[in-house]
Amino acid sequence: MIYLDNAATSWPKPPEVIRAMGQVLESAGGNPGRSGHRLSIAAARWVYQTREEIAQFFQVSDPMRVIFTGNATEAINLALKGLLRPGDHVVTTSMEHNALMRPLRALESQGIRLTVVPCFRDGSLDLEEMARAVDGSTRLVAMTHASNVVGTILPVEEACRIAHRAGALFLLDAAQTAGAIPIDLSSLKVDLFAFTGHKELQGPPGIGGLVLGEEVEVSAIEPLVRGGTGSRSEWEWQPDFLPDKFESGTPNLVGIAGLLAGLRWIQERGIISIRSHLQGLRQMLVDGLREISGLEVHGCLDSERSVSIVSFTCSGKRVSEIGMRLDEEYGILARVGLHCAPAAHRTIGSFPEGTVRLAPGILTSRDDLVRTLEAIRKIVGS
Amino acid sequence: MTSYGVVLFFTTSSAIRAEKRLQKEGLRIKLIPTPREFSSDCGIALRFEWADRERVCSLLEGARIEVESVRCCLD
Repeated sequence: MIYLDNAATSWPKPPEVIRAMGQVLESAGGNPGRSGHRLSIAAARWVYQTREEIAQFFQVSDPMRVIFTGNATEAINLALKGLLRPGDHVVTTSMEHNALMRPLRALESQGIRLTVVPCFRDGSLDLEEMARAVDGSTRLVAMTHASNVVGTILPVEEACRIAHRAGALFLLDAAQTAGAIPIDLSSLKVDLFAFTGHKELQGPPGIGGLVLGEEVEVSAIEPLVRGGTGSRSEWEWQPDFLPDKFESGTPNLVGIAGLLAGLRWIQERGIISIRSHLQGLRQMLVDGLREISGLEVHGCLDSERSVSIVSFTCSGKRVSEIGMRLDEEYGILARVGLHCAPAAHRTIGSFPEGTVRLAPGILTSRDDLVRTLEAIRKIVGS
Repeated sequence: MTSYGVVLFFTTSSAIRAEKRLQKEGLRIKLIPTPREFSSDCGIALRFEWADRERVCSLLEGARIEVESVRCCLD
């Protein structure tokens, strides 16, 4: 089997991740922060250690500004619904995933003003358009770091500067980039940074987070969920301090332990060498697919400006048929369709049919891609 | 009669953070359930030798770990 759906979730998970998840239940199975006994404290240590190592990985000076959530979607919802009020102006791009677009559309129906900056067909952002869309009334610029459909990395440093120059905050959806490319939040001054654990960070599903930048007032964001935090138990009101304000209910300790193991696994290999491996794989796929007649490769052809995602279509063949034959006849797992990103598919011109998406991961080999290209050649030639 | 100190925190995360920082310096400390005589935000408190008080306070301050209060107790 060749797994090329790492943009949906990475697989297989490192054995260290699976081991850590069992180990935490065995050795630290208390409820972190709730009780004062040894198992509760052991669990709290595990949670804090993960918070601290995530902070170090993204160069965040205060680990308390790392808030755990279930995934990037929840982190984005917390940021948007917590921050925005009717009348606020928000700018986003036409390459967004529904994790960002759907909450924004819902908030639009409740009175925020939304501007969607159109992107180019290769998925890249027109910074001049963005600069025109942002003005003194803009509260937030919210966008993806890299497209989940075509992999194009967006110019987030410049977009962040545009936002800050206008006095707006900047939210980054790093679902496809956290763990895939180096991210230094001490220089990239993102105000709200949403990540997920189960993609390139190699963790399990069900764990992600939101990092609050130093300029963000904790009081400016309302929690998405309120409830028990283990702290201030005599109060019937939500605490106002970090991270408890945004972390109600028993946390996903097993997911957190898996995330920590995944993060360490990545760091042992080195983010630079992971990046270079994935970039090479993507370029090999792009070059190989372009040699097959009848195929159109969408998005940016230069893998230096993309994460490890390639989308293609084939004239005269349904993407669903290609996906099914790849799976059934060759054991190659891809994802076809719209990838929860209708706006992005409209931008690249593949709406409503969608594309075949191939997303190699850290454990994908060049030989896997040779076999994949051969399979695609046979399917489209038949 | 010996005395010991208890550091109270707002959140468990700070208690664990403090434990890590002070253990690194080799101080004799222990995380304990917050004694009920203190009204605290957090269920876990940090017990330390009262003689180390100044060092504990300055290390926590240096690491920018938010503390609710520091109390003295008698054994």
